[in-house]
Amino acid sequence: MPQPALMKRVQFSHSPIPYLFVLPQILIIGVFFLWPSLEAFRLSFFLEDPWGLSNQFVWFENYITIFEDPDYQSVFGSTVVFSVVVTFLSIGIALLLAVKVDGLLRFSMQYRPLLTWAYAVAPAVAGLVARFLYSPQIGPLYDWLNAGTDGWFEPRLDPMDAWLVLISGSVWKQISVNFIFILAGLQAIPRTVLEAALLDNPNGGRRFLSITLPLLAPTLFFLLVINISYAVFETFGVIDTVYPFGPPAGAETLVYKVYVDGFKGADLGGSSAQSVILMVIVLALTMIQFKYIEKRVHYT
Amino acid sequence: MNGFAYWWHRTQPVDHAILIIGVLFLALPIWMIFASSGYPPEYLIQNGVQFWPGDQLIQTYDSVLHDRRGFTQQITATRMLMNSFILGIGFAVGKIVVSMMAAYAIVYFRFPLASLLFWLIFSTLLLPLEVRIIPSYKVVADLGLLNSYTGLIVPLIASATGTFFFRQFFRSVPEEILEAARLDGAGPWKFFIDILVPISKTMIAALFIIMFVVGWNQYLWPLLMTTNDDYVTIVYGIKSVMQNIDESRIPEYNRGFALAILALLPPIGVVLIFQKMFIKGLLESDK
Repeated sequence: MPQPALMKRVQFSHSPIPYLFVLPQILIIGVFFLWPSLEAFRLSFFLEDPWGLSNQFVWFENYITIFEDPDYQSVFGSTVVFSVVVTFLSIGIALLLAVKVDGLLRFSMQYRPLLTWAYAVAPAVAGLVARFLYSPQIGPLYDWLNAGTDGWFEPRLDPMDAWLVLISGSVWKQISVNFIFILAGLQAIPRTVLEAALLDNPNGGRRFLSITLPLLAPTLFFLLVINISYAVFETFGVIDTVYPFGPPAGAETLVYKVYVDGFKGADLGGSSAQSVILMVIVLALTMIQFKYIEKRVHYT
Repeated sequence: MNGFAYWWHRTQPVDHAILIIGVLFLALPIWMIFASSGYPPEYLIQNGVQFWPGDQLIQTYDSVLHDRRGFTQQITATRMLMNSFILGIGFAVGKIVVSMMAAYAIVYFRFPLASLLFWLIFSTLLLPLEVRIIPSYKVVADLGLLNSYTGLIVPLIASATGTFFFRQFFRSVPEEILEAARLDGAGPWKFFIDILVPISKTMIAALFIIMFVVGWNQYLWPLLMTTNDDYVTIVYGIKSVMQNIDESRIPEYNRGFALAILALLPPIGVVLIFQKMFIKGLLESDK
């Protein structure tokens, strides 16, 4: 974890100025972070009727309902699978491209902008593009996947086909950011190390596995956390634009369910309890990330 | 090495082939959407998405930018673009100002509550807005900030990524600079405005680019915040177009395509024009 104690040796002291300077941040955090977070926690213990007329304290009933709901379990499971697939595909493709660019003798600078621009694509726009390309009415990918079959690919009805659309849209948008970090990681490896490895081991593939990959591990681990959090939280925009009226049953993620239950279903207590569960998951994820950052500080 | 092997080694044809496939994989979808936006909807429905640009590009973009559509038939894409610029710039500027000030206080001052406030700020990194989306909506509604730029922008600033970015940078600023400034009689205000802000210029620019893109690309929060066409951003405006497309007899795909291209151009433009600075900021911000 970052240490508050690691401050400048030379500092100003005894002045009201630091309070004035942190005030805006603290106010915003108080109103738009602490208050809603505590509110989620509080609401998760209440059962509110759909019209908001009565509000009953029900202890852990909302949580029990969620954990016993087979629907929630399956959404949980598919979110995990979806995140793992998106993470590995987008890191894998980016790794291949970054290694190739790093190994180029000429033109490596020309490829960079061509492979980094997609960072700026909003998940919602990526979803829209995926939707058009897989559309039964006009989509070339829809025709292509159904070519020579009697229509086995139906992303509007079949959850597996829907996942294919959502995964390809989510991965496509995420390759660039991984590419940027992996290329930077590759370039941070000292050339002398690589040259020494070349003498020891002329086989390029083995050299990559035994030298490059371990040296790249901190970058890859960091990207693992970033990508999982992207797949869990930011792909809402992909789902909601590919399916403006909701995906076929079985093709939703946890964040999408929080939104649907809370806004469309007006189940405030249940939705809040889901929020709290998500918070616990993120907390765990972030702890792992910071533990790793601390480690890296130790080793360098 | 014989001639062919040398040529093969120098020109790396397989590597280039893989990279060109990668480039096309990223670019082709956007290219086809752009090319297809130049055809009338009837043509697209019959012939599908096109590879060569149609001859009605100008008409499509002109009509999207100037015709009133949306939920209440009251908003043009020009207005949506303006809202997106306000969100992107407002978010980036707000975040930079708030987080630079907080980072300054944390790094350069010793005060009793420093540690507590540091942990409070740090805790916001743990929970993205998405996990507390519904209570956040309630708070903003209670404050009467639905359908306002304040409600759209300020809650997004609550995460402290920027504060950590500047904290990292301020700690790398040599101590001698503060000592020298003090000898010259500079107080905390003067030091911040006259010394720290100017030497942070490239960092500010790098963070601005990233935050502009992040703000521009917001979807879920604007979706909840705006029930009134006046505040619809272009990325969210896409949703209303999608619903119109699903409901109409002859879906106006060309308009949907044009809107997607308009939503993409500003952030991609910023990232490409300031590429070096953006990559530096990105690598720096996630340390």
